[in-house]
Amino acid sequence: MNANPYLPVKVKVLEVGKQTENVATLKIESQGLNPAPGQFVEVSIPKVGECPVSISDFGSDFLELTVRKVGRVTGALNALRAGDSLFVRGPYGNGFPLENFDRRHVVMVLGGIGLAPVKGIINRYYLNGGVNRLDLLVGFRTPQEIIFRAELARWREKFNVVVAVEQDDPGWPGRVGLVSDLVKEISVEREAAAVVVGPPLMIKAAAEELSGRGVAKENIWVSLERRMSCGIGKCGHCRINDRYVCLDGPVFNYRQAEGLVD
Amino acid sequence: MGYLFSADAFNSLLAELKTRYKIFAPKIYRGKGRTAGTDLVAYGEAGELAEIAFDRKTAFSPKEIIFPVNQTMFYFTKEEFQENLPPKEDKDMIIFLRACDINGIERMDAILLQNGPYRDVYYEKLRGKARFFLIACDQSWESCFCVSTGSNRTENYSVYVREENGQVFCLVKDRDFEEIFSKYGRPADVEPRFIEENKIRVRLPEEIDQRVFGHKLWEEYAARCSACGRCTVCCPTCTCFTIQDIFYRDNPDCGERRRVWASCLIDGFTDMAAGVSFRAGYGERLRFRAMHKAADFKKRFGLFMCVGCGRCDDACPEYISFSKCLNRLSEIMGEVGQR
Ligand SMILES: Cc1cc2nc3c(=O)[nH]c(=O)nc-3n(C[C@H](O)[C@H](O)[C@H](O)COP(=O)(O)OP(=O)(O)OC[C@H]3O[C@@H](n4cnc5c(N)ncnc54)[C@H](O)[C@@H]3O)c2cc1C
Ligand code: SF4
Ligand code: SF4
Ligand code: FES
Repeated sequence: MNANPYLPVKVKVLEVGKQTENVATLKIESQGLNPAPGQFVEVSIPKVGECPVSISDFGSDFLELTVRKVGRVTGALNALRAGDSLFVRGPYGNGFPLENFDRRHVVMVLGGIGLAPVKGIINRYYLNGGVNRLDLLVGFRTPQEIIFRAELARWREKFNVVVAVEQDDPGWPGRVGLVSDLVKEISVEREAAAVVVGPPLMIKAAAEELSGRGVAKENIWVSLERRMSCGIGKCGHCRINDRYVCLDGPVFNYRQAEGLVD
Repeated sequence: MGYLFSADAFNSLLAELKTRYKIFAPKIYRGKGRTAGTDLVAYGEAGELAEIAFDRKTAFSPKEIIFPVNQTMFYFTKEEFQENLPPKEDKDMIIFLRACDINGIERMDAILLQNGPYRDVYYEKLRGKARFFLIACDQSWESCFCVSTGSNRTENYSVYVREENGQVFCLVKDRDFEEIFSKYGRPADVEPRFIEENKIRVRLPEEIDQRVFGHKLWEEYAARCSACGRCTVCCPTCTCFTIQDIFYRDNPDCGERRRVWASCLIDGFTDMAAGVSFRAGYGERLRFRAMHKAADFKKRFGLFMCVGCGRCDDACPEYISFSKCLNRLSEIMGEVGQR
């Protein structure tokens, strides 16, 4: 274990993929960081700052981060090019309990950048199987904000993928509305499990909708996002009740998450 | 061993200790109080008995000695990180402090050293240098309620110190100090004494749950609290911080990463992208703080977080009292329990 847990390691950007005007996917060296799906890293640009970012995919020698530009650090990350360096520490958090999805019907309800923490998992199911059935319900604000377009198209070959946007757009052929409402339209098999990632209100709406459709709350996992400074249970920003999102989460079983009151 | 010191003998002891330790104690800063003409009682370096304010309560806890308000974690030169850990060769520290504050530091240890798999090295390095000289309280102040929280006592100290009419009684527990104390003091029987009663008695809520969340109590507080954060700054058990980077204006290639104290009472503590934030209302923030001090911390670490020092009551410009808040919570839980 690193003696100074706040000291990040320097890594090189291997590849940059532009997802949208404001979202980039960075493939970076992994430098021995050995993550589990759903974990995150603290990413640094010296003199700009540090922020938590989910690991959207990884291999033995790379990590992939998908970053939406909302401020200083995420802005600087979006400006990086292949060959540049950045600093990371981690991986942190618990990740998804994948054993609970084995051979089950899995419903994923994902909002916007919330697709990032599960993209790698979905790819693995696409390539290697592992679940009986997968419904992917994905929401974005506008068609311009859709990320992982190529992946979404590919996943359609094997899974039921429904993409909805909140604001209609003349050229948009797909669904318009809230992603949580899409839950109403799918059939739910016995012992189904669900994953929900997105903004707080969407998580609540989708999880309640899923529960109403017969997915047991014990089988719903949500990934929470909170303001974080340290990522390692010290700074206090991410605490809800007696839980620390950075240590005990970001993935929580909904039975527990519904009882957490900010 | 117990020892008795005359003022002169104690000053000689301090002078020798000072060659090996930095000594921190409550001190009076004349005319520096919050309002005109009042004194500020605060921690500072001390070298003589007369400087140590044994009979005054400090407005701030000693936490900033081991957990500075503003701490540089790294220096940046070009694109490299240079660790800025407290230097090993710095002297160890002696801190004169009361039982409530030693209990407070044990709560800081719980979060900064024990919570999760990582230890906060910046805290650990300074904490490791600290030796506690327990100040005996010969009186309890208006706002203290340490007896109710059980933090009136402690066994966690190197030396117990009681000042009485210019003489000093000490009980040395830490062998490292035995030799030097025996050099300047006369052997004496010294029994540690602790405060056994405060003016304020608090009924600690035995169990407290979310049934209190909707109570109108929080609306009352919301109407009064100004979210200034003083109650968290002075608290010996509040440890939240924010990490931020800066660059130097005259040399933008260089800069530093700092951490500064943060407070769950102050705007921005939970701000996220797209305008999402939690606990916008001041009542909700006070509820969050109260639940931490009275229930959430205990659930996680098995310790009642608040140590009953009463400093938050002394500090609040709106006269919001945490001891009253705890009593109200006990009442409310009693009421909802009966329903
Ligand atoms: C566990 C976790 C995983 C995340 N994964 C991703 C991801 O995969 N991709 C992605 O794009 N984003 C992710 N985020 C959000 C990302 O951390 C924030 O967008 C980022 O911190 C903003 O930093 P900034 O310096 O760019 O913004 P700032 O310049 O600091 O501020 C701009 C805006 O962002 C808000 N903000 C500041 N700090 C945070 C914070 N720590 N979390 C959320 N909002 C913040 C501010 O309130 C402000 O509204 C994740 C957050 C968490 C907690
Ligand atoms: S909450 Fe108030 S009384 Fe309790 S330890 Fe903190 S400052 Fe002291
Ligand atoms: S000191 Fe008083 S007014 Fe200031 S944040 Fe605390 S409770 Fe509110
Ligand atoms: S992010 Fe600092 S405690 Fe969780």
